[in-house]
Amino acid sequence: MAVRVQREDFDPGLEIQALTAGDTSIGGVASFIGLVRDMAGGDSAGAMTLEHYPGMTEKMLGEIEAEARRRWPLQASLIVHRYGRLEPGDRIVLVVTASAHRAAALEACHFLIDWLKTKAPFWKLEETGGGDARWVDARSGDDAATERWSQPRRKDAAE
Amino acid sequence: MKVLYFAWLRQRTGVGEETVSPPPSVRNVAELVEWLRTRGPGHAEALQDLSAIRVAVNQEFATVDAAVAPGDEIALFPPMTGG
Repeated sequence: MAVRVQREDFDPGLEIQALTAGDTSIGGVASFIGLVRDMAGGDSAGAMTLEHYPGMTEKMLGEIEAEARRRWPLQASLIVHRYGRLEPGDRIVLVVTASAHRAAALEACHFLIDWLKTKAPFWKLEETGGGDARWVDARSGDDAATERWSQPRRKDAAE
Repeated sequence: MKVLYFAWLRQRTGVGEETVSPPPSVRNVAELVEWLRTRGPGHAEALQDLSAIRVAVNQEFATVDAAVAPGDEIALFPPMTGG
């Protein structure tokens, strides 16, 4: 049960190890790692700067995580989201969920990354070359992905 | 009342955060935005299209008809693009 918003990179292996250490009731761990995709086609541009709303970001991530824990029987969960300037290939976000069984871990992980994209106050400023930059538009596909989870699943579906 | 701007709203207004004292006739977010537009050309440009703006009141998502009061923290920003 943890949420972190940080400028620094993270090590997914160490994070998963730390999250699950000592809890032998965990039978499955799911993770999602988001990377900066090179949208500028190998150009020197393609870097981006992530801005966020300090205070509200942590609060929203905590609420999203709490919602996942209401829907699925999770032993442990973690969200790490970076901000600041990131280059193509850099890690942006980490979601880890751990449960007794795989279905709960996998579904909760998918839910968290979908919800996070439309409910956490982050904005991407993409460098377009020549010193220019543009704010990335929200994608309607992200809203659809969030909407897909609007019906709460039954907790026992994962047992 | 504290008003925060993020992403292109911050760039166009030229401020990330400002403390304002709107008149008592400003009772909700839409009325606040209308009043904020009069603060300068940057504000007028940033705030011209209310439908492009998302709102949080005291760090909770809100609609433009949400009430605002002295002491509130109002944040104005475009749709979010995290993850």
